[in-house]
Amino acid sequence: MEALEQIKARLGAALPLTKLDILPNECPAGERSLLVEPGRAFDVAKFLRDDALLKLDYCSNVTGVDWPEAKIKTKVKKKVVVEGVEKEVEETIETLRSGHLEVVYHLYSMELKHGPVVLRMRTENRADKTHLPSLTPVWRGAEFQEREIFDLYGVVFDGHPDLRRILMWDEFVGHPMRRDYIAPDDFEYEPTPHDEVLVEAKKHYPVEVKAEVKPEVKA
Amino acid sequence: MNAVAAMPPKSFEVKPKLDESGTPIGELLEISMGPHHPSTHGVFRMDVVLDGETVVKLKPVFGYLHRNHEKIGENISYLANMPYTDRLDYFCSMTNNWAYALTVEKLAGLAVPERAEYIRVIMAELTRLQNHTCLIGFFLQDMGALGTPMMYAFREREKILDLFESVSGARMMCNYMRFGGVRVDVNDEWIAQAKKVVSDYSKFLDEFGTFLTENEIVLARTQFIGVMSKELAVNASITGPMLRAAGVNYDLRKVDKYGIYGRFNFQVPVGEHGDIYDRYMVRVLEMRESIKILEQALRDIPAGPVMDPKSRLRGFRPKPGEVYGRVEGPKGELGFYLISDGSPNPYRYRVRPPSFVNLTILEDMCLGHRISDAVVILGSVDIVLGEVDR
Repeated sequence: MEALEQIKARLGAALPLTKLDILPNECPAGERSLLVEPGRAFDVAKFLRDDALLKLDYCSNVTGVDWPEAKIKTKVKKKVVVEGVEKEVEETIETLRSGHLEVVYHLYSMELKHGPVVLRMRTENRADKTHLPSLTPVWRGAEFQEREIFDLYGVVFDGHPDLRRILMWDEFVGHPMRRDYIAPDDFEYEPTPHDEVLVEAKKHYPVEVKAEVKPEVKA
Repeated sequence: MNAVAAMPPKSFEVKPKLDESGTPIGELLEISMGPHHPSTHGVFRMDVVLDGETVVKLKPVFGYLHRNHEKIGENISYLANMPYTDRLDYFCSMTNNWAYALTVEKLAGLAVPERAEYIRVIMAELTRLQNHTCLIGFFLQDMGALGTPMMYAFREREKILDLFESVSGARMMCNYMRFGGVRVDVNDEWIAQAKKVVSDYSKFLDEFGTFLTENEIVLARTQFIGVMSKELAVNASITGPMLRAAGVNYDLRKVDKYGIYGRFNFQVPVGEHGDIYDRYMVRVLEMRESIKILEQALRDIPAGPVMDPKSRLRGFRPKPGEVYGRVEGPKGELGFYLISDGSPNPYRYRVRPPSFVNLTILEDMCLGHRISDAVVILGSVDIVLGEVDR
């Protein structure tokens, strides 16, 4: 398969893209990924599927990743002249990473038997602007996996044919796979609460505690 | 925190059926099959709309066994997650272990000793044998052959589970592979026993085949039912025997050649019609190929260590990065996606379960068939709810 740079160049020539980055990956396998802007993602996906050299007809894996707002510390080596002598000093720079949700597609070609090409999209933030285009019309195999991301991460896929919760029940509130999700302490009514469960149960419903029965001691 | 409200569930429209002039003639019936229906292979539900006995709409509903496996995986260390992978597809804990170990090895750049590679292949192919055998048993049960075929299948499966038990200590939850090898070595006695099981297996398959492959009822219930086209199968990311039954030659053991699969001489059976019968036959032929691989692996297995001496199990912290690893599980492509941030726990841990994705086009396959066929079609997909719901 051609290199990612080449794919990027051909994509740039074929489509009017404003943003298309190659993200590095330091792992030994080194699968780098293409970050596309959500507005153009549908066209990019179609291009990757239909292009004669790539024919990425098989969308193997679709998944979400949550990146909450965080301070990232990076160490940079700097050369500083101290009292006339040049010295190398390590400096930590703190940068603020804005929070976003990310969707990752792993694409392969069944016909040409190559891959993967990793495609990524990012939402603007984690609160209200979580809309991304659905790629289910391009690869049907993304249907349930996108539903799962909607369910567990809260990414809303525009253009998805049947966007409902899939693993959690329909009335469930919240998105459990987000990093800051806190599970409620009572999912179920506990008929015989004890220990910590008893403490929690008392908060939610009246609990009848039976008097402890002491065994009779024979004299 | 929760900015995106849950979408309201789509309601089923049960409308009266109209004839050509627009007058109602009877009505559609909506039934909920499952979650405790004997034919749904666990806690799986199908919302079916029927016109007489014909399926006009079918929506799979699952999640009854959901435990957020991925969240658990993100909160424990890499090694501690290994036993949890057993519980995904509880029929094939060995291939689950392998897929996870392979992904972590790819992430950390670990090597696997020769003997361990052979042991992994042996375990994976034994798993494939017992999974397909069981599946055919269940599948015949769905068709109405109550009990008998399943008991024969389980008898054979138990012989393989005995092999697993004697090496790992557990029949089903093996927890056997480690990053950079396998947990314990197998001895010569075990290999001799495995050779015996493998050589007896083709006799069992012959026997099973005589009863089933040309059985009139099996043919009537399976041929040209639940047909899936090649194009749809590829587009819907169907993998495993389902895909190959539709006529696509795509087997990760040949494509990726992970582990040492490049060394073995075996063929990939491919179907023609993509109906239930082809799915059944592909599995039967795949078992024959597995026996071939097993014979070669058991013959060629070298002596040596089974763990990479450099691999560290405690305090394992791979460098930051991400990786997607996949193996050809008995049910299809089993993938793991990991993002490491340099800490002892994975930042993101994702399982790509084959039977979850294979369910995508269940509705397409069932439309126009009778409800009794929908049961058999579901059986031919080969689902395990531990993996679908995670």
